[in-house]
Amino acid sequence: MALVCVRGPLKQLAGGQAQHRIRGATVLELVAELEDQHPAVRGWILDERGAIRRHINVYVNGERGSDDTPVEPDDRVDVLPAISGGVA
Amino acid sequence: MTELLVGTKKGLFVLAGEPGAGFRIQARAFPGEPVDYAVRDARTGRAFAATTSPFYGPKIWFAEDAAGEWSQAEGVELPAGANAALERIWVIAAGEKDGRLYAGGDPGVLFQSDDGGESWQLNQALWEHPTRPDWQPGGGGLCLHSIVPWPGEPDRLTIAISAAGVWHTEDDGRSWRKGNRGLGARYLPEVGQEETTAFCVHHLERAPQRPERLFMQFHGGVYRSDDAGESWSEIGAPLPSDFGFPLVIDPADPDSAYVIPLVADMDRVTPDACVRVYETRDAGVSWQARGEGLPSADAYLTVLRLAFARRGQGPAMELYFGSTTGEVYGSTDAGGRWQTIAPLLPPVYALSAS
Repeated sequence: MALVCVRGPLKQLAGGQAQHRIRGATVLELVAELEDQHPAVRGWILDERGAIRRHINVYVNGERGSDDTPVEPDDRVDVLPAISGGVA
Repeated sequence: MTELLVGTKKGLFVLAGEPGAGFRIQARAFPGEPVDYAVRDARTGRAFAATTSPFYGPKIWFAEDAAGEWSQAEGVELPAGANAALERIWVIAAGEKDGRLYAGGDPGVLFQSDDGGESWQLNQALWEHPTRPDWQPGGGGLCLHSIVPWPGEPDRLTIAISAAGVWHTEDDGRSWRKGNRGLGARYLPEVGQEETTAFCVHHLERAPQRPERLFMQFHGGVYRSDDAGESWSEIGAPLPSDFGFPLVIDPADPDSAYVIPLVADMDRVTPDACVRVYETRDAGVSWQARGEGLPSADAYLTVLRLAFARRGQGPAMELYFGSTTGEVYGSTDAGGRWQTIAPLLPPVYALSAS
């Protein structure tokens, strides 16, 4: 199972846990499974189209990924707010 | 005690004070997040806030104490598989049924709640309206910003969308029909306006004592309807400009309306570098400038459509408005005299008073 890491409000919504062991073959599958395990997360990372929100970045083992990036067991996936989304 | 809920670009500010005696910032909620609208349901006292986190998307929140803990409402989303995402919640309004609230948002959507705002459902008839593919967003998106119930008739409701015009339902939202006759859009060719939905309504209010009367601030034009929004007559000619965003009425006087003109759509600041609220008490035949206490020189303010609100009615009606440069002004005598309520807030998106 991959390790999904979240911070800030996402951590709070995900039961107060920053790290989650989740089974899935792609980034999107992992995030969808995270939502299933923690329904309060629903709508915060994925929008209604099932896509990762524009100003959320995902990194797989430290490299920028996207919805369909493959994930191996033991990979680490960080879900982070993007620098582009801040309010000036 | 008056409470102002001020939605800003960087959080919700809860201001409290005695009218005319000064306000203080009692709390700040959602720090750093755009708060597009906040209001209390006068029936229950419950507060609502609409936020649009650039990271995590639009949400509706509710709280019994606006300075306390907020809970996220459920169901504020578009249908899965629709290939569209909710962009923003613009406004929240109480309905006529017990526990009923409405929320309007972008892309031109209406939600309703029948449990006091804890859970929401999309209005399917408006979402699936056959004219929707022709709807055009305005500069602020395809925003449903005005929701005006009919007092005592819960099945009747009028809404307005920028830029998809006025819509009425008489069957509790199961069907919707247009109400745009008489509107004239200067940004469209003169021919073909009878058929279009592309009317950029900026704000709509109903006179509760005479519910068939509505007032509208349009994208160039101020209008009045005396037939429940079936047709519209232009009443903005005496104003220094008929462009602007907000509009407020005095519920005690069906002939009353207040607007805050801006120069034009190409120059969205107060005319003559001077902040003035304009009031009519004869249904738009004449307008009087109300500006005592407001900036009279070197003032280039913009007041957005939901940033002008009232509390009470009649000669002691309180009026409040906030600008995109972060000032909030208030009056305790229906606009006669004004004072600064808060001088240094972030850009004000919306304001409500209770």
